[in-house]
Amino acid sequence: MSTRPALRRLLAAFCLGGLAGISLAQPSPARQQELIHLVRQDCGSCHGMTLQGGLGPALLPSTLADKPAESLVATIVYGRPGTAMPPWQRFLAEDEAQWIVGRLLEGFPK
Amino acid sequence: MKTVLHLLWLIAAALLLSACAGSLQREGGSAVQLRGTGDLGLVIERASGHVTLVNTSTREAYARVGGLGDLSHASVVYSRDARYAYVFGRDGGLSKIDLLEARIVKRVIQSGNAIGGSISQDGRIVVAQNYTPGGIKAFDAETLELLAEVPAEYAPGKFSKVVGLADVPGNRFAYALFDGGEIWVSDFSDPKKPLTQRFPAGQQPYDGLVTPNGRHYLAGLFGEDGIAMLDLWQPELGARKILEKYGKGEEKLPVFKMPHLRGWSMAAGRAWLPAIGRHDVLMADADTWRERGRVAVKGQPVFVMASPDGRQIWVNFAFPDNGWVQVIDTLSGKVVQTLQPGKAVLHMEFTPRGEAVWISARDDNRVLIYDTRTFRQLGSLTAEAPSGIFFTSRAARIGF
Ligand code: HEC
Repeated sequence: MSTRPALRRLLAAFCLGGLAGISLAQPSPARQQELIHLVRQDCGSCHGMTLQGGLGPALLPSTLADKPAESLVATIVYGRPGTAMPPWQRFLAEDEAQWIVGRLLEGFPK
Repeated sequence: MKTVLHLLWLIAAALLLSACAGSLQREGGSAVQLRGTGDLGLVIERASGHVTLVNTSTREAYARVGGLGDLSHASVVYSRDARYAYVFGRDGGLSKIDLLEARIVKRVIQSGNAIGGSISQDGRIVVAQNYTPGGIKAFDAETLELLAEVPAEYAPGKFSKVVGLADVPGNRFAYALFDGGEIWVSDFSDPKKPLTQRFPAGQQPYDGLVTPNGRHYLAGLFGEDGIAMLDLWQPELGARKILEKYGKGEEKLPVFKMPHLRGWSMAAGRAWLPAIGRHDVLMADADTWRERGRVAVKGQPVFVMASPDGRQIWVNFAFPDNGWVQVIDTLSGKVVQTLQPGKAVLHMEFTPRGEAVWISARDDNRVLIYDTRTFRQLGSLTAEAPSGIFFTSRAARIGF
């Protein structure tokens, strides 16, 4: 792994944390694997396994780039009432949702 | 020396020939055994772009076919001779698979984002339903050549995701517009010039079904409590709402996965349907369409499937209750069995006459086979992240 993606990730995490005003806690590596599985499989049932969209919109760097990260985090945690996007707070802590948004913005891991 | 070489060649050739004959070949071989397809089917392996071909008599996999693209949310319809499976992939791929030769005979990329398809009453037209660009596309079932498309433009410049596509008698197709809130019926009597009728349905239809006799089209609504129903024998009456306000104004529970509807909902004179945002299966009288009650279940129902004889309803659930399967007895209207077949149960399929049900457990990489009378496990097979299971008995059913 080169240092650039790592640096970018760090920067993204920093910016996100700064924006949302929350801690920078990273999920453990094992938990990260669970989160990746959750996003690909269970978010994937609406957003597509490749996240190119389905009933819900695409969650790709190109489609999310100009949306404020904190509002994306809030969408994941609280859902969007009146739409099919459910709240995930029962299953995701806020910093986990933040971590997910960080990964979505840079291209979600396989 | 020369004759010895010659002999060796002969032996080698004979060995090769006998290895080829007698059985179906894996991964696109060409030796075909003379047999029917009535007990065959396939399992979608969603993550790897493969399907596993299965035999429901021996309860075994007999071949695997790859190269099918993104198969998350893939669905399948069968040619009327039940030899060919049309696989609709998420990435818009439409592949025609020969179950006997175990190979892809045709494949086209028909759109950017598809969620399923259907085949006409006469078996000549295969139709795909698409999210983007929203609409349906009709193909020649033989060649997969494009015949016509109907863009789901419900208002000038506004296109809707299409859901719930089902074949209905008269070479017509009924479907619903998630964003447009309508049911459309397109008549493909002239396959290159479809004629479409539109019916206001309600807020955010998420899937649809046609009853096994082809008469009623039902679209489940996400944006409101109720189901839109169109009587295809009297379309001039328009779509009306049934099971309205089943939520009684109570706050909805979150829905982590959309339910799926198909014609398997009808059993014992009733329609058995998933509620949205309630952990209930709703029952409607199949004559009057009035509510006949509801059955409390473990989670948000996804598939609510009647066994072929209509005696049982098998139910699986959305995340996080997707490890459970429950069975309702249609006579008593009660849950009679609760099973834990495996992690992330995505789909169920009954064998043609219903003595067994096959269940896919995605996160266990297994398909489990249960006896529907004793609920004992009869067997299992491995598959990579299995999702949909489709048996050829669908070939002869309206709405499958
Ligand atoms: C049941 C379907 C469904 C599931 C499951 C689902 N979503 Fe969504 N999601 C939607 C819909 C529909 C929208 C669009 C809401 C709207 O119209 O504003 C959405 C919107 C979003 C957005 C905002 C996108 C944007 O462009 O503004 C994000 C981010 C998101 N979802 C992330 C997730 C994540 C992460 C998960 C899994 C933890 C998930 N979703 C699971 C249906 C779903």
